[in-house]
Amino acid sequence: MKVPDLTELALRNLRESLLRNSLTTVGISVGVASLVAMLSLGIGLQQMASRRLVKSGLFDTIVVTSRRELRGMGREEERTGPTPGESRVLDEPARLAIEHLPNVSEAYPDIRFVTELRFDEKPHLTMISALPASAKSNDAFEGMQGSFFSSDTAPEVILQKSFAEELLGKTPKLGAPEPSVAELAAPLLGKEMTMRYAQRATTPAQPSPAQLAPISPSPASSPDIDLSGASYSVISRELNLKIVGVSDLDPESMRGPMRAKVFLPLKLAESLHVMQPTDLREVSRAASDQPVYSSISVRVKNPSQVQPVEDAIKKMGFTTFSILDASRGLRQFFAVLYAFLGIFGSLALMVASIGIVNTLVMAILERRREIGIMKAIGASDGDIKKLFFAEAGAMGILGGIVGVIFGWAIGQLINFGTNVYLRRQSLPPEHFWAVPWWLVGGAILFSAGVSLISGLYPAGRAARLDPVQALRYE
Amino acid sequence: MGDALIRAVDGVSLQVRSGEFVALLGTSGSGKSSVLNLIAGLDRPTSGSVIVQGRDLAKLSREELAKYRLHVVGMVFQSFNLIASMTLAENVELPLRFAEVDKRQRADMAREALQSVGLQSRMHHRPGQLSGGEQQRAALARALINRPKLLLADEPTGNLDSRTGTEIMEMVRGFNRDLGMTVVMVTHERALAERYAQRMIFLADGKLVDDQPSASLLGSRPHGVQA
Repeated sequence: MKVPDLTELALRNLRESLLRNSLTTVGISVGVASLVAMLSLGIGLQQMASRRLVKSGLFDTIVVTSRRELRGMGREEERTGPTPGESRVLDEPARLAIEHLPNVSEAYPDIRFVTELRFDEKPHLTMISALPASAKSNDAFEGMQGSFFSSDTAPEVILQKSFAEELLGKTPKLGAPEPSVAELAAPLLGKEMTMRYAQRATTPAQPSPAQLAPISPSPASSPDIDLSGASYSVISRELNLKIVGVSDLDPESMRGPMRAKVFLPLKLAESLHVMQPTDLREVSRAASDQPVYSSISVRVKNPSQVQPVEDAIKKMGFTTFSILDASRGLRQFFAVLYAFLGIFGSLALMVASIGIVNTLVMAILERRREIGIMKAIGASDGDIKKLFFAEAGAMGILGGIVGVIFGWAIGQLINFGTNVYLRRQSLPPEHFWAVPWWLVGGAILFSAGVSLISGLYPAGRAARLDPVQALRYE
Repeated sequence: MGDALIRAVDGVSLQVRSGEFVALLGTSGSGKSSVLNLIAGLDRPTSGSVIVQGRDLAKLSREELAKYRLHVVGMVFQSFNLIASMTLAENVELPLRFAEVDKRQRADMAREALQSVGLQSRMHHRPGQLSGGEQQRAALARALINRPKLLLADEPTGNLDSRTGTEIMEMVRGFNRDLGMTVVMVTHERALAERYAQRMIFLADGKLVDDQPSASLLGSRPHGVQA
């Protein structure tokens, strides 16, 4: 029998016992809905975790340091590559070269220094860090009061919550409830504070006096020959800064440049030429106009591109660090989660498949005579088998489609309810439910597959019916 | 029927020629329907053979028997055996679906077949909406749709009043006479057999007890009978 004829006959037969077949189809829909709901929750959670991680900058960031950095010593590349003294300096040309690598979205220097901030005539010594404009989208600033920097050069600061507590003299005692960020921000936002810092300034080159020899590198052993004899001076400066935001970011969390209590816009920080610890090591470089960085944060366009970018930077002679392995572990975790959710979701579909077997076996009993008639007028065993298969498949596909819609609706409902709860808890809404197209197609195919398997026994039984016996059946 | 040689039930051996109209007579349980089922390929003999058009049905596979029923045999039953959920047109064209005939061609053939039994105006009615006679005419149309060589009728007038039964039998005789179709009819009504069949075979307890020409053959010119 041709497929269109088979489909037409199968649908006609399903319509004949509408209530029973509808109930069986509803059973399949519930099974598929449970499968879709479980898996879309898993997928949604993974996507949410990935979004969070990407936003946190943990998984798409590579920290680049020069091999001259002492902290990198002992690593494999340190042992096999050029010696720290011979390796390339992490300066502006190096930063630009890294930024122009494929798949790199930005490369910015990590500027961090300890200095004094005066507020209400009181000095506070703290760690200051510079943030690029891209940090605005970082989830670390989601719960921030106030706003992000108005521009990359604006004389503005964002304070970390504990520093705000320190400024206001509200440091909570052990065990006492912490004041909220909003409470701390209210008296601080818009106020000014003064930063005192040490500015590094170049001075004209001088003949190399004997007393400077230990500081200046030897011309014979250094590539910085043109800078020998150069010198710099350190000037104390002051800058008024406006407080624009207070964040509840934990300064101890692993967030590279965010491990500080006060944040400045990056371009502003660069223009200040604040004396850096590396300036003492890179004496000759410090005397030039070109800054030398202790480390550079490189953001790649996608976490999956971290490894090739890291390899390219290593080839340039730098040391790199990323936490790519942690994301691999995360993928493995979600693969296991999918498997478990899929198994639990499929259980309802398995139960529904028993319903299909029952419905079709009942149909054989009811249509015994009809099967006999069909055989008497020329239907083969294969025709009868295909007909019952088509009926099982039609129930499976129909149940699958309805189930996917049902599962999607459940997801939307739970998503909505959870977001209402999150809003009441003053938390930002989240989209942790995702039904990708492959899940829609896969669920319908799976439903059809399970239904066809369920139809195997009834179809075989119908095909084997003895036509003479079947025709005698009343 | 040509080379067809039938040995069925218990020691029954008979031969039906192509175009012949044969009636199988006997009381209930005499084995006449069993013989018909063997000829129809619905049942298989435990021993012996059923040879139709040179092929031993006992040796055919289930698939081959289905093809045989589809292309060689047309069947009419006492209880009509139309599928209640289908219209007459759908019932009549059902064998063509199994033969994988195109939809349009199927519709044309079904219309033609129903026209030949005078039911063209009832095409879209369901069997339950028709009288017994109309249902049996529809069953006849279905049996003829594949233009079979052999029409097997199992008590075709058993559920009909005499006037309607006569109408049906006239149609069957017409197909036998005009189309040269071989007819094997099971009946327990001797008068019916004598009137329409050319040959009467009597069965009792599964055995052939008598084989004689009917009154219709003796009293009138035989139609479609090969000597």
